[in-house]
Amino acid sequence: MAEYETFEHDVLVIGAGGAGLRAAIEASAAGVSVGLVCKSLLGKAHTVMAEGGIAAALANVDDRDNWKVHFADTMRGGQYVNNWRMAELHAKEAPDRVRELEAWGAVFDRTKDGRILQRNFGGHKYPRLAHVGDRTGLEMIRTLQDHGVHQGIDVHMERTILTLLKQDGRIVGAFGYDRERGRFLVFRAKAIVLATGGIGRAYKITSNSWEYTGDGHALGYRAGAELIDMEFVQFHPTGMVWPPSVCGILVTEGVRGEGGTLTNKEGRRFMFDSVPENYRAQTADNEEEGWLYCQGDKNARRPPELLTRDHIARCIVREIKEGRGSPHGGVFLDIAWIGKKIPNAAEHIKKKLPSMYHQFKQLADIDITEEPMEVGPTTHYMMGGIRVDSDTQMSRVPGLFAAGECAAGINGANRLGGNSLSDLLVFGKRAGEFAAKFAKENQHGAINTTEIENVAREALRPFEQREGENPYTLQGDLQETMQDNVGIVRTEAEMKSQLEHLRKLWEQASRVGVSGNREFNPGWHTALDLKNLLTVSEAITRAALERKESRGAQFREDYPEKDERFAKVNTIISQAADGSIQVRLEPVPEMPDYLKTIIEEMK
Amino acid sequence: MNATFKIWRGDANNGAFREYTTEISEGMVVLDAVHDIQRTQATDLACRWNCKAGKCGSCSAEVNGMPKLMCMTRMSDLPLDRPITIEPIKAFPVLKDLITDVSWNFQVKKKIKPFKPRPPDAPDGTWRMQQEDIDRVQEFRKCIECFLCQDVCHVLRDHQMHDRFIGPRFLIYAAALEMHPLDTEDRVEELREAHGIGYCNITKCCTKVCPEEIQITDNGIIPLKERVVDDYYDPLGWIWRGRKKRVKG
Ligand SMILES: Cc1cc2nc3c(=O)[nH]c(=O)nc-3n(C[C@H](O)[C@H](O)[C@H](O)COP(=O)(O)OP(=O)(O)OC[C@H]3O[C@@H](n4cnc5c(N)ncnc54)[C@H](O)[C@@H]3O)c2cc1C
Ligand code: SF4
Ligand code: SF4
Ligand code: FES
Repeated sequence: MAEYETFEHDVLVIGAGGAGLRAAIEASAAGVSVGLVCKSLLGKAHTVMAEGGIAAALANVDDRDNWKVHFADTMRGGQYVNNWRMAELHAKEAPDRVRELEAWGAVFDRTKDGRILQRNFGGHKYPRLAHVGDRTGLEMIRTLQDHGVHQGIDVHMERTILTLLKQDGRIVGAFGYDRERGRFLVFRAKAIVLATGGIGRAYKITSNSWEYTGDGHALGYRAGAELIDMEFVQFHPTGMVWPPSVCGILVTEGVRGEGGTLTNKEGRRFMFDSVPENYRAQTADNEEEGWLYCQGDKNARRPPELLTRDHIARCIVREIKEGRGSPHGGVFLDIAWIGKKIPNAAEHIKKKLPSMYHQFKQLADIDITEEPMEVGPTTHYMMGGIRVDSDTQMSRVPGLFAAGECAAGINGANRLGGNSLSDLLVFGKRAGEFAAKFAKENQHGAINTTEIENVAREALRPFEQREGENPYTLQGDLQETMQDNVGIVRTEAEMKSQLEHLRKLWEQASRVGVSGNREFNPGWHTALDLKNLLTVSEAITRAALERKESRGAQFREDYPEKDERFAKVNTIISQAADGSIQVRLEPVPEMPDYLKTIIEEMK
Repeated sequence: MNATFKIWRGDANNGAFREYTTEISEGMVVLDAVHDIQRTQATDLACRWNCKAGKCGSCSAEVNGMPKLMCMTRMSDLPLDRPITIEPIKAFPVLKDLITDVSWNFQVKKKIKPFKPRPPDAPDGTWRMQQEDIDRVQEFRKCIECFLCQDVCHVLRDHQMHDRFIGPRFLIYAAALEMHPLDTEDRVEELREAHGIGYCNITKCCTKVCPEEIQITDNGIIPLKERVVDDYYDPLGWIWRGRKKRVKG
């Protein structure tokens, strides 16, 4: 008999990043009891690392901006396979959500007339990102955290959820363990919000932390929810490449927003040679115009360095492959050059990009106010995730909601920078609101103790096979092979071989063994996370195989062009009754006319 | 090249330094070495980390006796001719290996009166603030809650006065609220009484270790102390407190 402690909440929120915190605040405000669980300490979730800003059409810097432009930008960036209703809600509600943060104490950088300042970012037509230097995520998570702790939310830090519990098809709770002592815990809840973030740890080169093992994706999937758009993994064009130990750490797009240029070893700004057709009208065709845009000239068009991430990442890969890369296998990102344009450039750079300055100085011995950085693509963000209703964020499992990076729809085939933080706020709030509503309309269910026994036994098995496979070795193997076979450039042959390899890894994972005891044992934690990583890796690979075209973040060398047949479909992943993973294509719902008109007008 | 480490292993009851040797490559930081050791020699070695870029404040430890973020401490800055010691921070109880129980910090924060803004300045519910009026508050808000300042403050570390003194982290947290141009709350009394600002004798040890280079003492604690003194010993201060709201910023 496994021993466990039981907690009871009306709404349980799993994940304490921006989405989870915002959901918890909203649910609590609706008058229900709320529990909030997270794997790290409060305030350390991924959201804390976000740098560049929050996208919202506040129109503080350019009064031509409004929700329609933001909506059209998001759809264009996502190559029109986005959930248009989510994109619409997001564009409309983001400004209020940002202003609300200010009312809760956030201190954004200011415009000259004292309002929230906004900066340029890739794929956004106007300066749209509310920011605080390059530490916007810290400002956001701290504001939510400091506001949230006074709202009567019960926070359970350093606890990991292993499985969701159901009764007669609906959610009734969750089962997990506390990391500190390794004791099992049961959380009874009438509704659950998944806000667990992304999957970046499935890849070797990543900007993501140990937490990003796709837990929410896998928990939702196993509980019967569908996953959508799983082929779309965002590789951010600018991660650090040197020294090896920092490879993958993010270099914010804010650098390019402030005027940073991408050059190859010949000193050529190669992005000028590769502007896609549907962006040509909005993109500068000479360096001076691009610079003027970054200086706020409303008549100038944006430089090609501010094209979408999927495209820039591929151009960088091309430069490197064709032998025009930098010494350590990247390209150059140069912000120091603005010294030729403005006085006190070094001070300006340190003020607007302090953590980038710090990061390069301390970790790479590079002074970015004087020298260019070396950068290359890094696994960054998961567009795919749990399929939810656009307005309520509920999955197809009654009582199971999802928000933030682990939910999907709004971003389509490629996310625009800044659209994640705003997504967390807009849909975190909605998820909290509707989860509270669901909780009020339903009673607690019964917990199935047999199921708990099974999960507990499985979780403890690594201690019984101490001489088994090393969990870190298996994780490393998975990361290496996903990077090689299902990375930025994909082919059917490689992905098929990866499916074979995943089968082998699944088998090895069942023999994983750990040493030590249950108290704060990272080896054991890594072993338990493997299952989720394998589930999402397989989902990504199968969805990517199914989409036989190149679109947004998915680039297929064997199908290098966009294909009309896939222009209006999403890939859907679900678990079959026999436990196997199933993929199918489903048409994107028809967009209503008023939204079509907006897209036409903004072309 | 190889480096030798003495890492503290143990729990609340007992523990000892254990020696590990691992290979060092270019650009490596202490956290990388700890991870290498974890991967190959001590899979259950406990340490916290998240961002690996000095942004989350998870990986605090004492490296060769100095309070550091392990992810921002380069191996090339340490002498490799003798073992490098890594041990948990000292101001809080050890849970396991490099991990301490920092929950006290979260309780302390909850006791500080939250932000309470003045009514919005504009009909659309927004406020106006000038950049120069928020520079100071933004400096304090850079805090990543690594608690290294708490670790070196003698009031907490040596005198263990956790029940009477909130420590430098929360003094600058309070300062950020007090100096927030929109805030209307008054925290002066609680700072003096419950939060024990008087125990700080301005040794500035906290400022020296802050990885965010926040001028904790000069910009935060000293002005706060001045406010406390003004409000308590200056008759005008009494009137101000009664009326609220003194000019902030
Ligand atoms: C370096 C970096 C910079 C970025 N910059 C920007 C930017 O400028 N603008 C922008 O819009 N986006 C940016 N992003 C993306 C954005 O930060 C993330 O997409 C977003 O923060 C995700 O938030 P979230 O609330 O969904 O999840 P997170 O903030 O990651 O939180 C996930 C939470 O779930 C918990 N959790 C996970 N699994 C479990 C489990 N099994 N049991 C219990 N708890 C669990 C975790 O502990 C954590 O608390 C950036 C990302 C990175 C990595
Ligand atoms: S200056 Fe004050 S708060 Fe800082 S370490 Fe010294 S006594 Fe502690
Ligand atoms: S003030 Fe500095 S040292 Fe103290 S917790 Fe914050 S970041 Fe760390
Ligand atoms: S891991 Fe985030 S500060 Fe070191």
